[in-house]
Amino acid sequence: MSGGPPKALPSTGPHSLRDMPHPLAGSSSEEAVGGDSTPSPDLLMARSFGDKDLILPNGGTPAGTASPASSSSLLNRLQLDDDIDGETRDLFVTVDDPKKHVCTMETYITYRITTKSTRVEFDLPEYSVRRRYQDFDWLRNKLEETQPTHLIPPLPEKFVVKGVVDRFSEEFVETRRKALDKFLKRITDHPVLSFNEHFNVFLTAKDLNAHKKQGMALLTRVGESVKHVTGGYKLRSRPLEFAAIEYLVELREYGPVYSTWSALEGELAEPLEGVSACIGNCSTALEELTDDMTEDFLPVLREYILYSDSMKSVLKKRDQVQAEYEAKLEAVALRKEERPKVPADVEKCQDRMECFNADLKADMERWQNNKRQDFRQLLMGMADKNIQYYEKCLMAWESIIPLLQEKQEAK
Amino acid sequence: MEQAPADRERLPQPAPLEPLGRRAAGLESVAGAEAERARDEGPGDGMMTENNFWLKKIEISVSEAEKRTGRNAMNMQETYTAYLIETRSVEHIDGQSVLTDSLWRRYSEFELLRNYLLVYYPHIVVPPLPEKRAEFVWHKLSADNMDPDFVERRRIGLENFLLRVASHPILCRDKIFYLFLTQEGNWKETVNETGFQLKADSRLKALNATFRVKNPDNSVIRRHFRSPLHTEVGGIRDGEGSECCRGDLRNDQRATGKWRFTELKHYSDELQSVISHLLRVRARVADRLYGVYKVHGNYGRVFSEWSAIEKEMGDGLQSAGHHMDVYASSIDDILEDEEHYADQLKEYLFYAEALRAVCRKHELTQYDLEMAAQDLASKKQQCEELATGTVRTFSLKGMTTKLFGQETPEQREARIKVLEEQINEGEQQLKSKNLEGREFVKNAWADIERFKEQKNRDLKEALISYAIMQISMCKKGIQVWTNAKECFSKM
Repeated sequence: MSGGPPKALPSTGPHSLRDMPHPLAGSSSEEAVGGDSTPSPDLLMARSFGDKDLILPNGGTPAGTASPASSSSLLNRLQLDDDIDGETRDLFVTVDDPKKHVCTMETYITYRITTKSTRVEFDLPEYSVRRRYQDFDWLRNKLEETQPTHLIPPLPEKFVVKGVVDRFSEEFVETRRKALDKFLKRITDHPVLSFNEHFNVFLTAKDLNAHKKQGMALLTRVGESVKHVTGGYKLRSRPLEFAAIEYLVELREYGPVYSTWSALEGELAEPLEGVSACIGNCSTALEELTDDMTEDFLPVLREYILYSDSMKSVLKKRDQVQAEYEAKLEAVALRKEERPKVPADVEKCQDRMECFNADLKADMERWQNNKRQDFRQLLMGMADKNIQYYEKCLMAWESIIPLLQEKQEAK
Repeated sequence: MEQAPADRERLPQPAPLEPLGRRAAGLESVAGAEAERARDEGPGDGMMTENNFWLKKIEISVSEAEKRTGRNAMNMQETYTAYLIETRSVEHIDGQSVLTDSLWRRYSEFELLRNYLLVYYPHIVVPPLPEKRAEFVWHKLSADNMDPDFVERRRIGLENFLLRVASHPILCRDKIFYLFLTQEGNWKETVNETGFQLKADSRLKALNATFRVKNPDNSVIRRHFRSPLHTEVGGIRDGEGSECCRGDLRNDQRATGKWRFTELKHYSDELQSVISHLLRVRARVADRLYGVYKVHGNYGRVFSEWSAIEKEMGDGLQSAGHHMDVYASSIDDILEDEEHYADQLKEYLFYAEALRAVCRKHELTQYDLEMAAQDLASKKQQCEELATGTVRTFSLKGMTTKLFGQETPEQREARIKVLEEQINEGEQQLKSKNLEGREFVKNAWADIERFKEQKNRDLKEALISYAIMQISMCKKGIQVWTNAKECFSKM
């Protein structure tokens, strides 16, 4: 371990983003941060983990032997490993029991958060509180704000297209609950984030709103970092499955109108009926595609995308820190002072930067290996399903052409 | 189906379905065959004789649209669009086309032409004009009349209208139509001079007719023709004996075509309703489909952005993003093609209205006939009563007679004589109205049959081209996703 004070002021040079180890990188042995400075593990974590703990034990399957992207296997790989080697867990958090609350101003759902812990930071061994989505949102913002060097796990979508999806339906609530549960579990398993004071408050406070009000002054800064992520939300404010469902709804009404028309006609009756049946077949094919997308592909795809948004924002911050450091370096160099020691603030900056890099690297590696393979499988699966959909529709329309043409030739 | 390059050939040509050069050949043959009939039909002066311009093969096109400003009837500035109509005659020998006429017309003049045709050819299903205002638009299309896409689609629609009229065996011979294509100035005055507006049946009368025609099967009318003297004009039905069963409506109904107009009226109403519904849903489907494709565009953008921060996956992601973009942008052409399909449906939506107009005219004719028959009946009744001295019907004269004393035999004789004259006149009128009615039915039905054939042909073509569009869309989709899959596999 190359701990201890950094030697001279080696300019580590601009770290290209591409030199950073990528969470979806194939090889888990890739630890070098493209350049010279190595993170001091002491700075990394409160406890002494061996290097091997940077690599998640649930290594996933090595590149090339990735199993087909079935929904459950994909979701499993996205989940944090429950068993970290050589470590007994002392914090357990679950999200369950959704309940609907109807108030004068609004109607919303709360979830029960149950916490069990032996940690000293918790006054009681067990807690049970109720939280709603906006509380999770608050928590995430707070984490981003206070732990800018770490990758904060993503939350499920904030916005719901009204009218298409019933946000009080069992299905939707259950999907959300699962995602929120996963979110909290990720934080729980994070060696640094799980000790965050806001996380503690979130898990324990009877009245979260009192705590929320304290944070008002920092709103502007929070707003900025949140923007990076919500920018991503806006991009997907019309999720694909909603758009597809709306299309399907109209298509289901469209086909039968041709049948109605067919009933009025003589010679055109068969052609029109044929078109109606054809559209019906296409609707069925679309329904199958939409179901597959909704269940298997799109939620996982969104996870990846949310993660990438998160990573982007963190990398941006990292770049800022890097720039700051280098500016300070230049300033010092320009002063031409012969100083044997590095000025304190520059040193602090370098530390900060190295910390950032280290944290980031650690977080990125917390994601399992072979994410790239999984993601590739995911996209290929999606492409396959779409191809199948179009092939079904093609067949339907091609089969109707002879029907439409035949009487004409018979004339 | 042939892929014609020119814009205007995207809509099906009116029957016969041939490209420009050969279309007129059909016209010629039609013109020849119909020439004889033409002379007997329609408003005398309005018809062209055989030795006329139609035997030279002609091509009509609405080739340009131009925005203009001018002053309207109230001397206010207004902006409107003018359309250039070019007529070419194709010389028989070498097939070369020579521009013979070219003039500018605006939409309102087309409307005037059509209204004139409606009045003078009430038994014809007159081709419709393209819509005045954009309807059934899905969100991306503009509903603005000045929008260039709308103007373009209208230009095509107007051309289609002229082609339909030109290929109609009867309408093509109309002089006003000929002048519309050849005489720019003064045409409006010429049309108005025909006095067609006066001949137009008032809407109120038409409404009355719809509600008050009691016997669309004409049994009331035929009651008057029971006597052998009137056998030959017995009833509206052709070839039917004068057997009149006053109460036996069922016989009438069972006979071919008795319910024809009633059925036709229902058909045209239902056709209008179903095509409107279809157009509305289609517009919504287009909207939603657009949405789906555009969301893929979002994914394209996301992948591209993401590729910038990925190392090994970067290239694959970039490429994938590109394919999503290609997919998303392919929807624009697809939906533009679908608009043509929608236009074809719209034409028949408006045709249904024209069909309805013929039914309405028939109702009016019936109404007229019924009124005349009733009038005649009451006069005969009166005459009978006077002759026999029995008073069964109420009349003012009868009342005053009761109150103020009998009239003299001379007075009575005089009245009987007047009535007898009126009855004679009435019978003559009824006879001629009856004949007119029969002619109307015969001619209308012939045109309706022609229309049915045209409709079946055109709509089948439309459905085929719609299916072809869908097939092309599916193939494009398969291609894009196959390419994308290729990229993904290289990640």
